Amino acid sequence: MAATDVPATPEELKERIEAGIPGATAAVTGDGHHFNAVVSATAFKGLSRIAQHRLVYDVFGGEVGGRIHALSIQTNAAETENIS
Amino acid sequence: MSDDVSTQIHEAIESAISENPVLLFMKGTPDQPMCGFSARTVAILQSVGTPFAAVNILPDPRIRQELSAISNWPTIPQLFIDGEFVGGCDIVTEMYESGELQTALGVEDANGGEPAPEPAPQEPAPLSIENRL
Repeated sequence: MAATDVPATPEELKERIEAGIPGATAAVTGDGHHFNAVVSATAFKGLSRIAQHRLVYDVFGGEVGGRIHALSIQTNAAETENIS
Repeated sequence: MSDDVSTQIHEAIESAISENPVLLFMKGTPDQPMCGFSARTVAILQSVGTPFAAVNILPDPRIRQELSAISNWPTIPQLFIDGEFVGGCDIVTEMYESGELQTALGVEDANGGEPAPEPAPQEPAPLSIENRL
């Protein structure tokens, strides 16, 4: 859990999404309060859009709406795991 | 935490969801949205032309708390169609652009494929009424 008094950064969100969702790659932009995340993950395969977005929100739990004031999400299912 | 008021709010939200075919939980009202994401979702629904009911979650933080417990969704706005949770601003925008939203609402797909409409410019809300939950 990140310290609550440290401002969130796009880099932190990207790392946590990629660590928290199997086979995920994320591109995150934001200003410390409002963020936009484009996430591709093998774990999204076969899931509804709502379920895909929930997986991303679940990485941050109660921080969304608080420390992370707003998080816009676009998701797509990756066919094969990205090797990077 | 579950006091009597929270239980009443929980039940009121569930009745509203079951009684309104198209229901939007938002910050502010359709005439005066208090958040860009709510404003955008209202603009999309108005563009589709379907009548919808709206609930302002700002007056009491317990509304949002109980709503998120029901929908398992952390952010506002939240759109329900025929009692089913459909999504927030991002998903509604994607569904509008693909025409899925028009299908779900049972209206002619007049705007499918079009970029989502931008809400009318709005004066920034005074800080005092920003939702702090």
